[in-house]
Amino acid sequence: MDKKNSWKIPVFTILVALLAGAVVLLLLGKNPLGAYYNLLQGSGIAPKASYAGHKSMLTDFMSFLSYLTPMIFAALAVAVALRAGLFNIGVSGQMLAAGFAASVIVGYSSLTAPLAKPLVVVIGIVAGALVGGLIGFLKYRFNINEVVSSIMLNYILQYVCSFLINTYFVDPVSRQSRAVSAASRLTLADMAVGDLKMDIPLGIILALLAVALVRFLLNRTVTGYEMKAVGFSEGASRYAGIHVGKNIVLTMVISGALAGLAGVTYYLGYFASIRPRVLCDTGFDAIAVALLGNSNPVGIIFSSFLITVIDKGSTYMSSTAGVQAEIADVITGMILLFSACTAYIRYRLARRESGKKQEKKGEGR
Amino acid sequence: MNTVIIDGLSFALPLFIMAIGGIYSEKSGVTNLALEGLQGFGAFTGALAAVLAAGSFAGSSSVPFYIAMVFAVIGGTAFSLIHALLCIRFRANMVISGVVINILAMALTSFLTKQINAGVFGAASDKFVLGVSSRLTVPGLSAIPVLGAVFTNVYPFELVIVGVALIAWFVLYKTRFGLHLRACGDNPHAVDAAGIQVGRVRLAAVMVSGALSGLGGICFAYSISANFSSAIYVGYGYLAIAAMIFGNWRILPTLGACLLFGFARSGGYRLVQVLAMPSSYQDLVMILPYVLTLVLLIFFSRHNRAPRALGAIYDKGAR
Repeated sequence: MDKKNSWKIPVFTILVALLAGAVVLLLLGKNPLGAYYNLLQGSGIAPKASYAGHKSMLTDFMSFLSYLTPMIFAALAVAVALRAGLFNIGVSGQMLAAGFAASVIVGYSSLTAPLAKPLVVVIGIVAGALVGGLIGFLKYRFNINEVVSSIMLNYILQYVCSFLINTYFVDPVSRQSRAVSAASRLTLADMAVGDLKMDIPLGIILALLAVALVRFLLNRTVTGYEMKAVGFSEGASRYAGIHVGKNIVLTMVISGALAGLAGVTYYLGYFASIRPRVLCDTGFDAIAVALLGNSNPVGIIFSSFLITVIDKGSTYMSSTAGVQAEIADVITGMILLFSACTAYIRYRLARRESGKKQEKKGEGR
Repeated sequence: MNTVIIDGLSFALPLFIMAIGGIYSEKSGVTNLALEGLQGFGAFTGALAAVLAAGSFAGSSSVPFYIAMVFAVIGGTAFSLIHALLCIRFRANMVISGVVINILAMALTSFLTKQINAGVFGAASDKFVLGVSSRLTVPGLSAIPVLGAVFTNVYPFELVIVGVALIAWFVLYKTRFGLHLRACGDNPHAVDAAGIQVGRVRLAAVMVSGALSGLGGICFAYSISANFSSAIYVGYGYLAIAAMIFGNWRILPTLGACLLFGFARSGGYRLVQVLAMPSSYQDLVMILPYVLTLVLLIFFSRHNRAPRALGAIYDKGAR
């Protein structure tokens, strides 16, 4: 696979999906270009017609970045697992576990910001890594398919957290968990900058750092090499003396830790509380993002940007263009569907190119 | 005790029929995590048909229910074609394809439900209200102590499921087609050498799984939730997959697993009622089937033997 096609295919995928979405919008009698422009406006990338007091395109964009942060982490979590041939569909559950643990331990304490914020990050990493590691261990030790075990853990975590929230930490008005302290949040909410009031997402710096770290780990270290080798062929790796089981657990620990970071930047960043009985969509959309980004850490920055624009902008689109906000999920779903076919497109391209080479050989004779 | 059996059965049987669909698909070599999406989409088409048809029948008529069943089967089958296309023709990763289909089904059905409610019925609602299907009690047999509960307050769909399950069992284990199907999952090259097209057999198997999942989905919509909404996606499909793995990809042990899930769930609910615990404890009961699945998998996964060619794209040239 040459470098050129590695970005051509995702771009092609996105265009086809957007085109399909446009057809749906046309069928509903809406102007697709207008609707797509609304998505950009809702994400603070294009200017809206009017703004409320203390708000501007910049505040919208900061809020967008705050929402983008957990998506980058979650997509990295999926990508790391995919590289080792594992499918971490439990990102949402790991996010919830991390968010809940951090809320309970730090969010409801009276710790000051310099102590609380790093602690939230550490707890997020540890809680996520524990859940991820458990999934890896179950696969290694008991041969339980990671997809099944992570789905089971998703439900278990969802209901246990819901039970604990409803019993001990519920806010009777919002029916969600009580809001965490401002000191523990990774997004500085309503900060006055000039005459604007904006959310400043501190997590985005961490997210970009994580992208660089994961890239380094996968491309430049022995551990990363072994993880990828296990992903390509378990048998060959075992023959080469790589400890497959250890790598499976390690991969899931890293993937879970990244998902945990997604959880704390989601539940103690963009939001400040947890809604019981619901798993967030971010963990599932992250699968689309990772596939679209070719499981490449840098590609993920671009793909999570795109998917987050669709997701975050959908509320504004729905109110302006009068389209159900769910259309955004449909478009994301279609991007996913087409990106699942990329293996086939790649296969066809490879065959066409090998065909061309053979033709050339024929001419030379 | 009786309610535990009655509720347990009405939960276990739709799960069972979905798991049979999963067995068909996976025995033919196509990993199928899409059951969740297929049952949801089937329930959607079925519910839509029932809601559209409801106007032309009397309120108490059970005809819309049977129409719903037929359309659920059609819808599930149609949606499963995407999985078949991706896995057989487009050489996609089967696990990813399944998850993608689940996400797409959830997005598509909740979008369409809102859109159709707004456009056709002029109501801002995210669900199709169906009501609970009528129940029947077999006279005589239901008087037997304990076992009689099996024949008490039975949903009509439970009988349909038992019938379909018997046919499915017969086809899979006693017919030539069933033999081909099972061979496709273990040694597709041998099947190909015998002059049978692997792709076609797998296509049929995936379609069967779509049809049966749709059937299971509409049964859940008509019993537990009494409507169609995105609340149908609570993991029935994944539970069915767990039951199938736990049942070692064989129909009878899978039935046992499904019954276990059903009774664990209904028994748990009963316990909350009997001990008069606050309703938030229901959340703890809800985890019972999932915890049970994990624990049982820990004990049984080692001895499990998945179909040998499961998840592998059939490549004629490969050795």
